[in-house]
Amino acid sequence: MTRHVVAKARDIAPGSSQIVEVGGREIGVFNVAGDYYALANRCPHAGADLCKGFITGLALSDGPNKYRLERKGEFLRCPFHGWEFEIRTGQSWCDPKSMRVRQFKVDVAPGETLVKGPYVAESFPVKVEEEYIVIDI
Amino acid sequence: MKLPLEGAIDCDVHLSVPNVATLLPYMSDYWSDQLVTRYIDRAGFNLTSYPPRSPLTVRDDWRAAPGRPTGLAALQADVLDPGRLSGAICHTMHGAMALFNEDMGAEFCKAINAWVAKEWLDREPRLRASILVHAQNPALAVEEIERCAADKRFVAVLLPVMGDSPLGRRIYWPIYEACERHGLSLAVHAGSTYRNPPTAAGWPSYQSEDYMLQSSAFENLIVGFLAEGVFQKFPGLKLVCMESGFTWMPTFLWRTSKTWRGVRTEVPWLDRVPAEIIREHVRLTLQPVDAPRDPKILNKIFEQIACDDMIVYSSDYPHGHFDGDNGLPEGLSPELLRKIAIDNPRAAFPRLATVDAPDTKETV
Ligand code: FES
Repeated sequence: MTRHVVAKARDIAPGSSQIVEVGGREIGVFNVAGDYYALANRCPHAGADLCKGFITGLALSDGPNKYRLERKGEFLRCPFHGWEFEIRTGQSWCDPKSMRVRQFKVDVAPGETLVKGPYVAESFPVKVEEEYIVIDI
Repeated sequence: MKLPLEGAIDCDVHLSVPNVATLLPYMSDYWSDQLVTRYIDRAGFNLTSYPPRSPLTVRDDWRAAPGRPTGLAALQADVLDPGRLSGAICHTMHGAMALFNEDMGAEFCKAINAWVAKEWLDREPRLRASILVHAQNPALAVEEIERCAADKRFVAVLLPVMGDSPLGRRIYWPIYEACERHGLSLAVHAGSTYRNPPTAAGWPSYQSEDYMLQSSAFENLIVGFLAEGVFQKFPGLKLVCMESGFTWMPTFLWRTSKTWRGVRTEVPWLDRVPAEIIREHVRLTLQPVDAPRDPKILNKIFEQIACDDMIVYSSDYPHGHFDGDNGLPEGLSPELLRKIAIDNPRAAFPRLATVDAPDTKETV
C-alpha cells in the first residue's frame, strides 16, 4: 500500500468531483456533503468514463405521475447508458447485488502529518497549512 | 385425440353474432328502430381482421355444413365435450367496437352482452364470458361493466389491442379501476378498430402483414402499461393477452428490463425490473402457438420466459390453428401442461372460482 496525495481538499467542494490519476489509473474523487469518496473512473457495465457523468439524485415516485428527487448529489449517472450508481457505496441502483463500481479508500489528511512522509504526490508540493486528499492503493 | 387431461379451461373461444337482427330484441325501442329504419340491420358488422372465408377465421371442419350442429351445439361438440373441459371463456369480437358513434356502440355492447348471457351462458353451465365494451368512451364502458358485473359468469372485460390510443393511457384507467374492483380480468384481444394503422410505420398493403404483426401490438400494449404505471396503480389487475402469440416474450422481457436501467428516471414509478412486473401481471393465451413443432425449442422458450404461470390454455375456437381436438402442444411436462390447462386460467381469471358450481349465479 502506498499513500498517494491526489488533491487539495478545498479544491473539491461539496457537490463536486475531480478525476485524478493514481499509479496509471483514473479515479474520481467526490465530495458528498463534506465526505470524500473515491471511485474507479470505469463503469462496470461497459467501461465508460463513469466519473464524468452527472452527479445527481434519485428519481422516486409514490405512484404514476408523482415525481420527487431525493438524496440530491449522492448518485452518479453513467454517460453511456444512464445507469445510476450510489457514490457512497459504488452500488448500482437497479442491480445492487451484482453490479458495483470499484471503490478506493480515501482520507483527508493535514499537510502537517504528511510532510513527515512517506507519500507520493505526483503534481504538487504539500504544505503544512493545507488539508489533502489521500488515497491508499 | 383428446386433451391429455380432464377439467381444462379454454380461455379463448369466439362467439359470433349471426346478424344484427339477432340483437334487436336486446336493444331499446329507439335503437332497434334506428337500426331497422336506417337499414343498419343489414350490415355484417364483421371486423376486417376476420375475413369470413379464411381458415384463420373458421377451421374447415368447424364450418357450418349439412349435418353439422350449429351454435351452442357446435361449440359443445367441437370443443367442450371432446376437450373434457370444465369451462370455456367466450369472447365476442364485434364490429360495434369500431363504431364512431359511441352511444350506438354502447347500445350494441349492451345488447351483445345480454345476448351472450341469455343464449349461451344460461344454456351451458360450463361457459363464461367477457364483457364487451366500447372503449372510445370509457365512462360508457364503465357503465356497461357496472351493469354486467353482478353476473359472476362474466369473468373479464374485453378490449381490442389497437383502438384510438395506447391502452395504458390514463384516459382508460376508469375501466381498469372497475375491473380491479369487481375482480374482472382485462382480456385484450388481437384486432384493431383501424383508427390507426396496424403497423407503427403506417398502413401495410396486405392482410398477412396485419395478421403477422399483431404480436408487436401486444408489445406496445405491455410497454404502455409498464411506462404509464397501470400495474402500480391497479396492483390487483390481471392483463390477459388473447391470441397474442408468446414466443416473442423472452426477448421482450430482456429488452424492457435492460432498457429500464438506463431510462427509469423518466418513469420513476417503475420501481422494479419490468420482467418481474410482467411475470406477475401479464398472461398470454396459448393458441396460436407461434413456435416450431420441435418440443426442445418450445421448452427452451418456456425456460426463458422463466414463469410457468404465464401461459393459459386457449383453443381460439373456431379459428384454425391446429388439427384434431388437442390444442396443447406435444412435449411439455405433465406439470406444465396442468398449469397451462387448469391452474393458470383459474389464477388469471379469479372469477372462474365459480366454474365448478355453475348454478350459483350470485348477485353483488
Ligand atoms: S457503460 Fe456505464 S451504463 Fe453502460
